[in-house]
Amino acid sequence: MKNQTKRGRPQLNTGSMADIAFLLLIFFLVTMTINTDKGLMMRLPPKPDQPLDMEIHERNLFKILLNSHDQVMVEDKLLDNMTGLRQDIIDFVLNRGKDENSSDSPEKAVVSIKTNRGTSYKQYIKILDEVQAAYFEVYAERAGVTPEIFRALDHRDPKQKALYLKARKGIPMNISIAKPSN
Amino acid sequence: MNKFKTSSNTSQEIPMAALPDIIFMLLFFFMVTTVVRPNEILVKQQLPSATQLKKVEKKSLVANFNIGAPKNVHQYGTEPKIQCNDVFIATRQIPQQVEEARAKLSEPEKDKLTIALKIDEEVKMGIVSDVETQLKEVNALKIIYNSVKPQ
Repeated sequence: MKNQTKRGRPQLNTGSMADIAFLLLIFFLVTMTINTDKGLMMRLPPKPDQPLDMEIHERNLFKILLNSHDQVMVEDKLLDNMTGLRQDIIDFVLNRGKDENSSDSPEKAVVSIKTNRGTSYKQYIKILDEVQAAYFEVYAERAGVTPEIFRALDHRDPKQKALYLKARKGIPMNISIAKPSN
Repeated sequence: MNKFKTSSNTSQEIPMAALPDIIFMLLFFFMVTTVVRPNEILVKQQLPSATQLKKVEKKSLVANFNIGAPKNVHQYGTEPKIQCNDVFIATRQIPQQVEEARAKLSEPEKDKLTIALKIDEEVKMGIVSDVETQLKEVNALKIIYNSVKPQ
C-alpha cells in the first residue's frame, strides 16, 4: 500500500508540445494561399449608342493585332519577341509630334488591341500587360517613384491620390479593345 | 468531525497531460473542415500571369465571373463555360447577374461595382469578348482580369 502511493502517476513530458504546435502553425501559414483579388484593371468603353464619329488620325493609333495562332502584329510588322514592345509604346505615347509617324500628343495617343475570336486569352493578357507596363512606367517616372510603388498607391489616402492624379494628368491610359474579328 | 475524512493519500487532481492532445484534435478538426472559399469553382482555373497587377480596393464591390472549361467533362462537355455564384450561366444571363450584384450595394456604391473576370488562360478570346459585350449592356465597365504574379 505504501509503496503504491509513493510511486504516483507517471508524468508526461509536455515541454515540447508548444514547439510541435508552432511547427504545425507555421507549416499551415506557409502552405495556405489566401485568395486575393489581383489583376489587370481595365475600363471598358461604354456601349456605343451612336456610331462614334470621332476620327482618330492614323498616326495617333498604335495598332496591335493578334491572330488566332497567337501571332502578334505591331504597326503592320510581325513581332517575334516582346522585349522591344514596351519601349516602342513609351516612345509612341511620349512622341509629342516629333516623329511624324508617331503620336501628336499623349492625350491623343491610343493603343489599340484587336484580337481574333480564336486568340488565346493568355496571349491577350500578355500583350495587355505589356501595354499597361509601358503606361505605368511613364506615370511612375513622372511621379518619381518606381512602377511597383505607383501601382500600389492607395486611392483612399488623399496625398497618394493626388500624386496618382498628378502623374496621370495629360496622359490618359487610352487602351482600346477592338471587337474581335471572326 | 473526522467522520468523512478518508485516509487515502491519492491525488485529487485531474490529469492534464491529455489536454494538449484534445486541443490538437480540435485544431485538426477545424483545419480540415474550414472552407476558405465558400463557393466551389466548377471550371478549370489556371489564371494567366501578368506583372502589372493591381489589388481590388474593396472586396464587397466585386462581382465574380469564372470562365473556363468545366472540370466535370462528362456532365458539361469541354467547351468553356461561365460560372457565377456556383452555377453555370449563359452569356445572355450576365446582365441579370450584374443587376443582382448591384442591388446588394448601397446607392453611392452602385456605379463602383467591379467585375472580376477569372478566366482560364486556355480560353479563347471569343467568349471573353461576348462577356464584355454583355457587360457593356448593363454599363458595368470597370473590370479586372484576375491574374497571378509570374513565378
